[in-house]
Amino acid sequence: MSEIIKVGIADLKTCKSPDGVMTLGLGSCVGIAIRDPMNKIGGLVHIMLPDSKAITGGQHNIAKFADTGIEELVRQMERLGARRVRMVAKIAGGANMFNYQGGGMNAVGKVGERNVEASKAKLKQMNIPILAADTGLNYGRTVIFYPETGAYHIRAVGKPEKVI
Amino acid sequence: MRDVNLDQMSNQYFDVLKEIGNIGAGNAMTALSQMLQCKVDMKVPQVRLLEFSEVGALMGGEEQIMAAVLLGVEGDITGYMMFMAEEQGARHLIGKITGGMLPEGSEFEEMGMSALQEVGNIITGAYLNSLSSMTGLKIIPSPPAMAVDMAGAILSVPAIQFGIYGDKILLIQSQFYDNLQMDGYFILIPDLESFGKMLTALGMPAMM
Repeated sequence: MSEIIKVGIADLKTCKSPDGVMTLGLGSCVGIAIRDPMNKIGGLVHIMLPDSKAITGGQHNIAKFADTGIEELVRQMERLGARRVRMVAKIAGGANMFNYQGGGMNAVGKVGERNVEASKAKLKQMNIPILAADTGLNYGRTVIFYPETGAYHIRAVGKPEKVI
Repeated sequence: MRDVNLDQMSNQYFDVLKEIGNIGAGNAMTALSQMLQCKVDMKVPQVRLLEFSEVGALMGGEEQIMAAVLLGVEGDITGYMMFMAEEQGARHLIGKITGGMLPEGSEFEEMGMSALQEVGNIITGAYLNSLSSMTGLKIIPSPPAMAVDMAGAILSVPAIQFGIYGDKILLIQSQFYDNLQMDGYFILIPDLESFGKMLTALGMPAMM
């Protein structure tokens, strides 16, 4: 029987077909799903912030950032036998949850967008092509990724389920 | 600027933040009661420092639909403030204000959204006013923004800000009851520098 493995916020998990990985309620965070289509090894990382290097001091969970999170996911997939050259990615999330007009913390409105950009930049740097993306706008997303087919299912409140 | 690490926060600091939460939520409740012209009581607010993953569970799961109002904060303290309520409670609240104009099970219409936005504005405003009088700091709230979506998605907004300091979120849970049954959550999200300013204004020594 196949199993769906849950990925929390600032967390990452790998899986092998026929299992899948899912994360609930992505808002401004981004869910990056990576797959090796040859051996059907896949994984999902739920990142919150674009750049680990922008944060000084303190101990941080590496799955929290786009740069370190994607690197770690790829490393763990390689350990399972996936090959970097074959890997392909799909991304979702990075919404702007509040149409926030006020000044001050304009980072609130931009962090989703910055998370998407940072994820794309990291994947590009690692030569992992992005096959599909469903990002931005103003609503939350629950995502499920199946490395068997590479289907990335996206659910949102009051919208029909989408597969990219 | 002092660096604040929530993970290493001493009990003393935690108590101060709790007190801010208590007084702020108390004032918010009074404002709400005046607005609704009915008695609103509140249980002693719970101040919690939670792992991100625990927050969704507290509110009934990451996919629980919540209504949230977000206000920016400027002045001596910068950051923002959020008020969240579970959809059913929010609906009940809208019903009270609009005199039952929003039927059960219907979508949050424009009218309901704007009513809720106004309520959020008033109660978070009351919360911030009390914080301002306690600390003597100037706090200017900006116009509110509103969202109705999955708890996880809404919480990603404050979680990301807290994510800059650590892996935990400081949450003040207040439960309203009597004529109004609702679980409401206040999340005050000062930026790093403002956290320090707030604590200093309350007479706390520099944090180690």
